[in-house]
Amino acid sequence: MWTPAGRGRWHGRALRLWAAATARRGPPESGPAPTRAAAAAAGTPRSPDGPADRKEKIDMSRFSVENTRNFSIIAHVDHGKSTLADRLLELTGAIDKTKNNKQVLDKLQVERERGITVKAQTASLFYNCEGKQYLLNLIDTPGHVDFSYEVSRSLSACQGVLLVVDANEGIQAQTVANFFLAFEAQLSVIPVINKIDLKNADPERVEKQIEKVFDIPRNECIKISAKLGTNVERVLQAVIERIPPPKVHRKNSLKALVFDSTFDQYRGVIANVALFDGMVSKGDKIVSAHTKKTYEVNEVGVLNPNEQPTHKLYAGQVGYLIAGMKDVTEAQIGDTLYLHKQPVEPLPGFKSAKPMVFAGMYPIDQSEYNNLKSAVEKLTINDSSVTVHRDSSLALGAGWRLGFLGLLHMEVFNQRLEQEYNASVILTTPTVPYKAVLSSAKLIKEYREKEITIINPAQFPDKSKVTEYLEPVVLGTIITPDEYIGKVMMLCQARRAVQKNMMYIDQNRVMLKYLFPLNEIVVDFYDSLKSLSSGYASFDYEDAGYQTAELVKMDILLNGNIVEELVTIVHKDKAHSVGKVICERLKDSLPRQLFEIAIQAAIGSKIIARETVKAYRKNVLAKCYGGDITRKMKLLKRQAEGKKKLRKIGNIEVPKDAFIKVLRTQSDK
Amino acid sequence: EFLDGPGKSPSDRVQKGAVPPTSPVPCKGGQAAAASAPVPSRWRRSGEAPGPARRSGSRGGARAHAAPLPSFRRRGPAGRAPRAPVRPGRVSAASPSPGAVALPGARARGWAAAAAARAAQRRRRAEGARGPPSPRAALYVHWPYCEKRCSYCNFNKYIPRGVEEAAVRSCLVTEAQTLLRLSGVRRVESVFFGGGTPSLASPSTVAAVLEAVDQAAHLPADSEVTLEANPTSAPSSRLAAFGAAGVNRLSIGLQSLDDTELQLLGRTHSSRDALQTLAEARRLFPGRVSVDLMLGLPAQQVGPWLRQLRTLLGCCDDHISLYQLTLERGTELFTQVQRGTLSAPDPELAAEMYQEGRALLRDAGFRQYEVSNFARNGALSTHNWTYWQCGQYLGVGPGAHGRFAPQGAGDHTREARIQTLEPDNWMKEVMLFGHGTRRRIPLSKLELLEEVLAMGLRTDVGITHQHWQQFEPQLSLWDVFGASQEVKALLAQGILLLDHRGLRCSWEGLAVLDSLLLTLLPRLQDAWQQRAPSLVQGE
Repeated sequence: MWTPAGRGRWHGRALRLWAAATARRGPPESGPAPTRAAAAAAGTPRSPDGPADRKEKIDMSRFSVENTRNFSIIAHVDHGKSTLADRLLELTGAIDKTKNNKQVLDKLQVERERGITVKAQTASLFYNCEGKQYLLNLIDTPGHVDFSYEVSRSLSACQGVLLVVDANEGIQAQTVANFFLAFEAQLSVIPVINKIDLKNADPERVEKQIEKVFDIPRNECIKISAKLGTNVERVLQAVIERIPPPKVHRKNSLKALVFDSTFDQYRGVIANVALFDGMVSKGDKIVSAHTKKTYEVNEVGVLNPNEQPTHKLYAGQVGYLIAGMKDVTEAQIGDTLYLHKQPVEPLPGFKSAKPMVFAGMYPIDQSEYNNLKSAVEKLTINDSSVTVHRDSSLALGAGWRLGFLGLLHMEVFNQRLEQEYNASVILTTPTVPYKAVLSSAKLIKEYREKEITIINPAQFPDKSKVTEYLEPVVLGTIITPDEYIGKVMMLCQARRAVQKNMMYIDQNRVMLKYLFPLNEIVVDFYDSLKSLSSGYASFDYEDAGYQTAELVKMDILLNGNIVEELVTIVHKDKAHSVGKVICERLKDSLPRQLFEIAIQAAIGSKIIARETVKAYRKNVLAKCYGGDITRKMKLLKRQAEGKKKLRKIGNIEVPKDAFIKVLRTQSDK
Repeated sequence: EFLDGPGKSPSDRVQKGAVPPTSPVPCKGGQAAAASAPVPSRWRRSGEAPGPARRSGSRGGARAHAAPLPSFRRRGPAGRAPRAPVRPGRVSAASPSPGAVALPGARARGWAAAAAARAAQRRRRAEGARGPPSPRAALYVHWPYCEKRCSYCNFNKYIPRGVEEAAVRSCLVTEAQTLLRLSGVRRVESVFFGGGTPSLASPSTVAAVLEAVDQAAHLPADSEVTLEANPTSAPSSRLAAFGAAGVNRLSIGLQSLDDTELQLLGRTHSSRDALQTLAEARRLFPGRVSVDLMLGLPAQQVGPWLRQLRTLLGCCDDHISLYQLTLERGTELFTQVQRGTLSAPDPELAAEMYQEGRALLRDAGFRQYEVSNFARNGALSTHNWTYWQCGQYLGVGPGAHGRFAPQGAGDHTREARIQTLEPDNWMKEVMLFGHGTRRRIPLSKLELLEEVLAMGLRTDVGITHQHWQQFEPQLSLWDVFGASQEVKALLAQGILLLDHRGLRCSWEGLAVLDSLLLTLLPRLQDAWQQRAPSLVQGE
């Protein structure tokens, strides 16, 4: 999971995906206003503003299970999830209305490019309705399928969701993916049509789409403008009316779900928990079901949205817990916590993070290795889902092979490295974890398993050793205006995708479902889709296991010498086109030398593509007189210096950026 | 074929440069000869066409005595008179002196080995002697103004509303005097007026500078004095006036014989203007006219370009420069290509033009004595040769570069010097301090050797062992390059030659010199670092 090391909980949460801690939603740390509001709402005595005030602990026992609601907001990017969350917080007094609570998140470019939703914030809202005090827990979910496991864990702490759809754009791919996650978790879904104030808003059309695609009656849709605050109060009422209270028991012993965790430099791991049974308070000894480690609870509290210590947390409630955990891997998402000597059945569905995309990461300059190492360590301390293996390449030097949940995860990681740690890195073309089923008992004994996972092309086992190769597949959802159907289908076909479903969600929008080999969408699929649909098509995907595939290992040769960095695993049908692209790219990025260079792509001994870099015929400065000497010498020396850093393959000198150009942007057309 | 007079054998030319630039040299005789020779102040003569007059005045001597550039004339028609205004007395003054450079000898000549031996002998004598140095240098004068900006030019030039020529002239004179004094240079062997468009300056400015040079140092009558001339700004009468002012060689920026190309280049002249100027120039400066022709322009094709070259061969003089267009940042052409409004020049085609062009010139009797320069009848540019041989040169004028040791101030370390770029600022500085030197960068011994290597290999003779030894007596070319596997590979490929004569590029190698240097320069740096400790101490 993504968390900056900052302590400001609220904006910390808001920016978790977004790294840059520049955008401030409210004052750092908890300002007096939320505290006061919370205190007032909870019926505790008001005291003057000040640090002492914050130490007042809320008595959470006042909130009965019947008056508790746990819910999430899910939405496609830019459909207004964060703005709605802001309004809900204002309405319930969690944040000051006079503050400028406009959505001012510092968005990374990757967000816009990839279409991911800003994370909402986990917050406990205290709301008075018809004389009753309600505790409404708005539970954070990450907004992208890369994090679908985390989403599913967050949703498992909820009983309902607000499904926010833009009144102008209508249902998008991610809306669908999110809906089905909620639907499968058997949650109540409250459709919220947002941005009805926009000129081109067509809420009726969106109602129809929702009815058609999700089978939710039109009259259940709440039409709002989160920006203007229109009808937002109705949303809160709907949460109380339509979402059931959690089914939990205070009397049972503690059973708490860890649905998120962050790392604080001073206090260690802060685990976000939802209590399914029992209660927890400071001093309790708790055990992680996953690690079996025991901890003593130092602090419990609610997020309001800043951390607000409480005496206790009770079943059905959502809050945070600090218990001397030193590493986020000790508080893994989906883990169950229980009281020491009172073990419970762990909550179902726990999985360790499973990386789906692997890439090599190297410092641009080897002298930066140690700085980068420390930056990677700092980032992974907050994100247990990134796997790190040391790796080295003859051309690129020492580095790592990193595993990510998905492409977005990888890009976010890279952007955080660059923005927060000012580290420039070379990220190689992402690959996916292929599998090979070994053919003989001897081999199985040697590898210690029948099915081996290959995360580095260099370790690809020869065909003679395997009965079959497997590749990961995903189920992709594409929603597009129907005028682009033809192009979209051609693109999918070119990516070896198999169509599973197609339906019109309204008069001119189509939802397509395809089964894609993951490696086909891992590099540039999203960009291609966006460009061929003028930006109108949206895409999302979910894990769909493995399928058999005819995979081959492709070598790239320079004058007959294998370039180890460029060994690629490729589907047999794609070998020719991929090989051709790599050869062409190498041709464009290899400087001419004093002799001809043959660039070849080969499978075994069979050459499948070839390009030639001709020898230099002329490379000499035309004019070199008195005034040109200084500049010429400087240039020559710089080039000579650069030449020392070149990787020699045979007698060919290959600059690092030639590899980078091939490795970085290689697309399999 | 070679006209060797007493004591003026070709070896004199070789030996002339065969002395370390900063070592003391016995040259009193030469100095005396030079000093005693009456120097006609050519730039004082006015209204007289310079070429023929000087030619007749010097013909006899030149015939009878050593031609200063013996090898240059090897291919010339038999009995053809050398055109340089050569004064025998002055040639004999060509004794070893710092800053002097060996002029190019012809390839594979019988006398080369003997000359080398004699040169070595001379050098030993020179090294053994102690006496005050008598430095020589070439002098470059920068005229920074143009009428119009050419689309390919990134030189230091300005398009002024009006030039206060008297002020500029006075500053050029002052700076030349100051730098000459500072350098301790006693003899200026060539002057080159470049720009900008120096043919826009008035002949009196040129005369004033030459006068000042001769007074501050000594400008022998046979010194090469070149002026860059732009076809439109150089009508016949002006050219004659420049001749009278002391210019004895013209370099004409003809660039192309295709009017569309000339327009693309932003030139103000037509191909007709160019040919007319060339004819006038040849009449006034016979045998002393050079033309520039560009190649590798956007959309330029090999066939038509070769036709231009053939046309030019039909009417040119004895010197041609072929320049491949370099797209320089900050020029209009660069911007157009970046924007995509103009197609980028095709390097393959340019390479072909170059190869075809140099072959054509070779067949026409031209010697390719440098990457871009071709001469017949020995009409090499002495001034430019100084650059490639790492001789000393002074740069006068805004943005001019120089390389010399300020021996006048008692310092024997060679410096790279750059004058203030912007003309007005430069003038202010000259008026305040006597010169507008903006930067002085002392060149280490290794840096100087790197320049010797990079510049020397641009010439057809390359770096002779003698030439190298002037700069580095202890570490020979063999020591540096002989054992390197990478160098051996280049030798085996036939693009580089290392033999008893020295180190040089082959015909094919010259076209890819910059690639070769990427192997040779690091090798030199390594060898320099790995010198024996005793050598290091000796430095």
